[in-house]
Amino acid sequence: MITESMSKQLKAIVGDKYFRTDPEALITHSYDGTPMLQALPDGVIYPETTAQVSEIMKIASANRIPIVTRGSGSNLCGGTTPLQGGIVMVMHRMNQIIEVDMENLTATVQPGVITGHFSKHIEELGLFYPPDPSSMKISTIGGNIAECSGGLRGLKYGTTKDYVLGLTAVLPSGAVIHTGGKLAKDVAGYDLTKLLVGSEGTLAVITEAILKLIPPPKTKKTMVAMYKDIYGAARTVSKIIQQHIIPATLEILDNPTIRVVDDFAKIGLPLDMAAILIIEQDGEPEMVERDIEAIYTICREEQADRLEIAQTREEAEKLLTARRSAFTALARLRPTTILEDATVPRSKIAEMILRTNTIAIKYNVNIATFGHAGDGNLHPTATTDARDSEEVHRVEEAFAEIFEAAIALGGTITGEHGVGSVKAPYLEWKVGEAGIEVMKGIKAAFDPHHILNPGKMFAKETRKRLVIHHG
Amino acid sequence: MASPTGKFGKPAIEHSNPLARTLLEKLDYDQLTNCMRCGFCLPACPTFHETGMEPASPRGRIAMMKAAVDGLMVPDQQFKDQMNLCLGCRACEPACPADVKYGQLIEQTKEAIAEHAHYTAPVKILRNTLFKKVFPKRGSLKLLGGTLALYQKSGLKKMARASGMMRLFPKHLAEMESIMPPASSKGVVERLGTFYPAQGEKVGTAAMFRGCIMDVMFAGTNVNTVELLSAAGFDVHIPDAQVCCGALHAHSGEINDARALAKANIEVFKKLDIDYIVSNAGGCGALLVEYDHLLMQDDHYREDAKWFAERVIDVSTLLVAKGNPLRFAEQAAGQEEVKVTYQDSCHLRNVMKGAHAPRVLMKKVANTEYIEMVDADRCCGSAGIYNVVQPEMAGDILAHKMEHANNTQASYMLTSNPGCLLQMKLGIEKHQPQQTMRAMHLVDFLRERMISSK
Ligand SMILES: Cc1cc2nc3c(=O)[nH]c(=O)nc-3n(C[C@H](O)[C@H](O)[C@H](O)COP(=O)(O)OP(=O)(O)OC[C@H]3O[C@@H](n4cnc5c(N)ncnc54)[C@H](O)[C@@H]3O)c2cc1C
Ligand code: SF4
Ligand code: SF4
Repeated sequence: MITESMSKQLKAIVGDKYFRTDPEALITHSYDGTPMLQALPDGVIYPETTAQVSEIMKIASANRIPIVTRGSGSNLCGGTTPLQGGIVMVMHRMNQIIEVDMENLTATVQPGVITGHFSKHIEELGLFYPPDPSSMKISTIGGNIAECSGGLRGLKYGTTKDYVLGLTAVLPSGAVIHTGGKLAKDVAGYDLTKLLVGSEGTLAVITEAILKLIPPPKTKKTMVAMYKDIYGAARTVSKIIQQHIIPATLEILDNPTIRVVDDFAKIGLPLDMAAILIIEQDGEPEMVERDIEAIYTICREEQADRLEIAQTREEAEKLLTARRSAFTALARLRPTTILEDATVPRSKIAEMILRTNTIAIKYNVNIATFGHAGDGNLHPTATTDARDSEEVHRVEEAFAEIFEAAIALGGTITGEHGVGSVKAPYLEWKVGEAGIEVMKGIKAAFDPHHILNPGKMFAKETRKRLVIHHG
Repeated sequence: MASPTGKFGKPAIEHSNPLARTLLEKLDYDQLTNCMRCGFCLPACPTFHETGMEPASPRGRIAMMKAAVDGLMVPDQQFKDQMNLCLGCRACEPACPADVKYGQLIEQTKEAIAEHAHYTAPVKILRNTLFKKVFPKRGSLKLLGGTLALYQKSGLKKMARASGMMRLFPKHLAEMESIMPPASSKGVVERLGTFYPAQGEKVGTAAMFRGCIMDVMFAGTNVNTVELLSAAGFDVHIPDAQVCCGALHAHSGEINDARALAKANIEVFKKLDIDYIVSNAGGCGALLVEYDHLLMQDDHYREDAKWFAERVIDVSTLLVAKGNPLRFAEQAAGQEEVKVTYQDSCHLRNVMKGAHAPRVLMKKVANTEYIEMVDADRCCGSAGIYNVVQPEMAGDILAHKMEHANNTQASYMLTSNPGCLLQMKLGIEKHQPQQTMRAMHLVDFLRERMISSK
């Protein structure tokens, strides 16, 4: 509970307008992008500076009030749902691009800046910030860092973690730390920068970030390959990488996704295909030509039933429509859409997709899979109705089995969306008991009173492992 | 949390709050459930853009509607204020992956609010006069037009302005008054009759929806619309018995009045053998294309409403898609190219999906350079009567809009809806000190530059 005097102190820090406890504020900060999850906070605060965040943390610590840091609330893991009440701290007012350093090729930004705005700004300066989560139009850089978000360009360019050089962060005690810097090399002590990337708001509040920028690729070429045999598609993926070609984008859609997309976008996709690969290469013109030619040959060898190379940017956009509309098409099928991100080594994607299809049939649920074939990051997506508790239960059972299958294939329960509260019961499956203990130790070192995003990352109880019969 | 009644039912809650009860009854619970709270609509929303606060976003508003229905929140004054702050521009709809019908949800909410509203006496009289007397009846509107014209022409206007009489009105009303165009009691039918034949090779038959405000304040634009259509090869009917589209009613929660008007219009147009029902006002067109939805529950009108909705099209979309090419005059030698820019009509863009055609047309006009304004697709803050009832938010939005407008350095600011046109005129008057820009309806601009074959 927030007392009258606490409320006064908080308002004194941020101004009357920016600490709210009215019903409208509480209701609209009770959720994030995660289906079927809602919990009311006790207050909502909008800080504007690192100093304000520090003052807020001191009060929260002294009173043991949970603080849930929030960017745009687009995460899919329950990351900003205030499960134990407390105060939701919205970072939107801290949305400045402080500096773009053209000599060191770095940008210094506040965490509330929208990823898409930032990317565009950087492009206009003739530079390139590669991380491109599909939610970049709305997600914040702070949220991207806290979730270590990935995107379509992950295979070639890496994910958010590869572009964070330094951070300013406020600890629960109110102390401010600065990690890393505009440095390509830095081994002074533990790498706290990397530790805070992906920490999901459980260790510290990020209030500033130094990001790495790179020169943009000169050209880009797009092609599509369609397969009746999903293994052909999978072998194509492996072979491309084996031949030391790293495409900028290498995406896959499975048959259930193809059907839904075609029904939605009416682009005449062949419904008898088991998989479609969408491939893009960027870089120096000669290299791009050479790579696309080599990839084309591989697709041929692997019995692709249809192959298309875009000759113009418009044609490329058309080829990309199928991938771009996958989520939208699925989201429109039923009221509730559950988008997961089980990830496997890339050599196992065919296996994983087929297992997912079998699991969906077994539980009689609708699951379509698309995703980043190049880095093995798949998005099995279930469409259901939150009001149908019996079906939702089957969906949950199916996902538990999908996570188990991913781990069995040497993969992980989440490639980019994070653990939050939703995957917390499965974390131990991936990292083991000792792994959990180390992580809990780290958590205690940063946040001894457990006020930062409580109820996330660590579950009260690990879910019982399923026994899977392979056959 | 509330438990649902059936597989797809609404929560079985006996709300003690009367507004909550009505919201539960009126709101489409499937649509509320369809919102997956992804937040993709936030960047599109002007009120979120201005405030930076989730309650003023589409996702926030839907969450509050659902919370009220689910019994998590009492729909108090703050709730109503937040719903009324929504412009109804529907920019959130095309941004939504899940195809949530936000426009319907906000209309249902406003309808519920209107049912429980205790308006002050003057507001009640104003609503009553406008919604029940003026808009539904052409006679009254014409009378209003006549009175306005008289007021404007007789010099009373000057006197009123000079004597500072307008200062007695709230500031924003006074501002609006200064940009009102000369009203007229002579509408398009009085000027052209009820039928205007195609010129050249005939390509189709259209019926003109003249709109009530359009025909009083912008009758000239209606005439130009008919002439453009005719030049592009359309026979044009202008049925005189047509009435107001009902959009202002629907957006203000007077949904039954809107339905009655829809039925009247359907009866009128159904009598004609036509391919298209043409609108030149995004605000009207957007409701006309949704007549099928408006009368979905009406067994008697459902089929005819569908017939009607399928034929509704914006004048620019029709000209581009089906019309014979228009011929535009070259400018006299030595004259410089004129720069034109465009403010989208939200409803034309977001509901009628007609953002492309106006741009195609502008680019075709000889000796003009089309400059896309930054955030042209963002609402200008006019939104029906929004600038009158939410002057502060509308003012902020307009100030930002005009920064972008001024950056284009265009001499013409074109638009496709009377509300937007007035708002742009206001913007130029308030935020463009040199007044080098002229706001104009796209149709008037095209007509001005077209070579008549007559
Ligand atoms: C349709 C859809 C598509 C998506 N596609 C992708 C995708 O392609 N790739 C991908 O990786 N993700 C994707 N996501 C997930 C989500 O958008 C990302 O995780 C994104 O980074 C979240 O950003 P946000 O600003 O919304 O953060 P929020 O959701 O507000 O917060 C996410 C987490 O970060 C923490 N946090 C936020 N700001 C700070 C801060 N300043 N300091 C400390 N902690 C902070 C929060 O506590 C929370 O744990 C998608 C989501 C949706 C709805
Ligand atoms: S984009 Fe659609 S589904 Fe997403 S939050 Fe907005 S209304 Fe809801
Ligand atoms: S209609 Fe316009 S103002 Fe209203 S929520 Fe949607 S985008 Fe925002």
